[in-house]
Amino acid sequence: MVLTAQDFRNYFKQIVEMIEEEKDYLCELDRKLGDGDHGVTMSIGWQAVNEKLDNELSQEEDCSKVSIVAGKTFLSAVGSSVGPLYATGFMRGAKEIKGQTEVNEEDLVNYWVAFGKGIKERGQAEVGDKTMVDTLEPFFRTLEEEYASSRDFSESFSRAVDAAKAGMESTKDLLSKRGRSSRLGDRSIGAQDPGATSAYLIVSKFQEYLQGELAQAK
Amino acid sequence: MKKLMNDPRYVVEEMIEGYVKAHPDYIRQLPENDRALVTAKETREGKVGVLIGGGSGHEPGFLGYVGQGMADGVAVGNIFASPSPDPILEVTKAIDKGAGVVYLYGNYAGDIMNFGMAAEMADLEEDIRVETAIASDDVASAPKDEKEKRRGIAGEFFIYKAAGAAADFGYDLDEVVRVAKKANDNTRSMGVGLSPCALPQTGEPSFEIGEGEMEIGLGHHGEPGIEKGPLETADRVADRLVNDILEDITISRGDRVAVLVNGLGSTPLMEQYIVFRRVEQILSEKGIEIYRSYVGNYITSLEMGGLSVTLMKLDDELAKTIDHPVDCPMFVQK
Repeated sequence: MVLTAQDFRNYFKQIVEMIEEEKDYLCELDRKLGDGDHGVTMSIGWQAVNEKLDNELSQEEDCSKVSIVAGKTFLSAVGSSVGPLYATGFMRGAKEIKGQTEVNEEDLVNYWVAFGKGIKERGQAEVGDKTMVDTLEPFFRTLEEEYASSRDFSESFSRAVDAAKAGMESTKDLLSKRGRSSRLGDRSIGAQDPGATSAYLIVSKFQEYLQGELAQAK
Repeated sequence: MKKLMNDPRYVVEEMIEGYVKAHPDYIRQLPENDRALVTAKETREGKVGVLIGGGSGHEPGFLGYVGQGMADGVAVGNIFASPSPDPILEVTKAIDKGAGVVYLYGNYAGDIMNFGMAAEMADLEEDIRVETAIASDDVASAPKDEKEKRRGIAGEFFIYKAAGAAADFGYDLDEVVRVAKKANDNTRSMGVGLSPCALPQTGEPSFEIGEGEMEIGLGHHGEPGIEKGPLETADRVADRLVNDILEDITISRGDRVAVLVNGLGSTPLMEQYIVFRRVEQILSEKGIEIYRSYVGNYITSLEMGGLSVTLMKLDDELAKTIDHPVDCPMFVQK
């Protein structure tokens, strides 16, 4: 499988749509833990990315450029804490595919591992802190390990998304240790972390996108 | 909740537009970034630049405190969200007069990441020295031995005041940072929430609270506090807030303090003064001298109901910063 800049654009477009659909759900989750704006913040960011996809990036052939501009645009539009986190993810991912007009399966593994590691490094959080790292660390570790042993990208990515889902769900039972919600103490237990949820939505959407593409190819 | 607005997506932009048009003698918007505002007055070469910033919805915080004697520039974020590094960097470039820039903001994960990224860029790309002082005055947000985890609330006002004055005195960057940190170390706040605010874009209340209830230690963005219970009298609430502060920091007979009773948005000044009355009684009984008082909406949370009490313990240097005159669109001290 080989992806082009058009695939990155299509995938990002699908995120834009998904975030609009999930906006209220993400806000609802955030109201239990924070100020209830995670869905709004994600929407502001991805709408700004959408505008770039339609204009500045519409003819771009460099995959890394699409990812860099998406990250920077998201950051400029939202600030907040998710801004630097997702921006770092998309920019570190882009670094792995710098200047490439086509990316293969191995590139994609590198892209997504760098995405997850970049966010973890920026946020300085660990698994168990009730943040997006609870989704992303199992995701990138599984992807890295599975692909190293099987060299089967689709299967590895699918398992990584399963691990991401389990990680996201694990945040329900965790005590928040980072960000504003860490001030909640015991009261944070029982609510699923909105950042862990949006991180899952983003990685699982990539799997959906690939499946859709493969189905069309057949 | 009812709001006077045009489109929830543009509330911050339209507020800034109105603000800049209302006070052209005081503030100007940088052409490079709509969210980057700097003082319109002439700034002395060699003066340390004072940069403040944070989310919108806290007005007069933070854009209201750009002016003589306080900040030279402000980076404006979305509602309750840190500004991104872009406007922070633009303001940094505009207010650097060769002596470096101090960043002052509250202790929140988002602010730390965005201001941190901007500081790195200022150093690497612009060769401007940036130092940071972070406000962490909210007693309710973490135990005493974890003060570095506490969030910044109304006490940020005193940190801006102290650092702004120090920069005006001609102190160098290290000295301004020292004064700002000393101000933070000597400042404590405790708040009470009575009713929630609603974000313009969701319209949903930021937290849930019963009609006859109050919440002690509630955060500036509706983060839950430490105790929810039946609403008590103003005197009893003031007792609770002041006692929690005095248990956290040693303020002895004969010491001087600056006092700030800060309304969160929809609590009338009448109620704020009723609370101040009791704060004054408690401090008088203990022989603590009130050096200067501030009562009003200094750092708000949209239309949230409730208030906070802040005490800053003063030495001669901090007292001098408190005395320093200020001329900002939303705050004047002669």
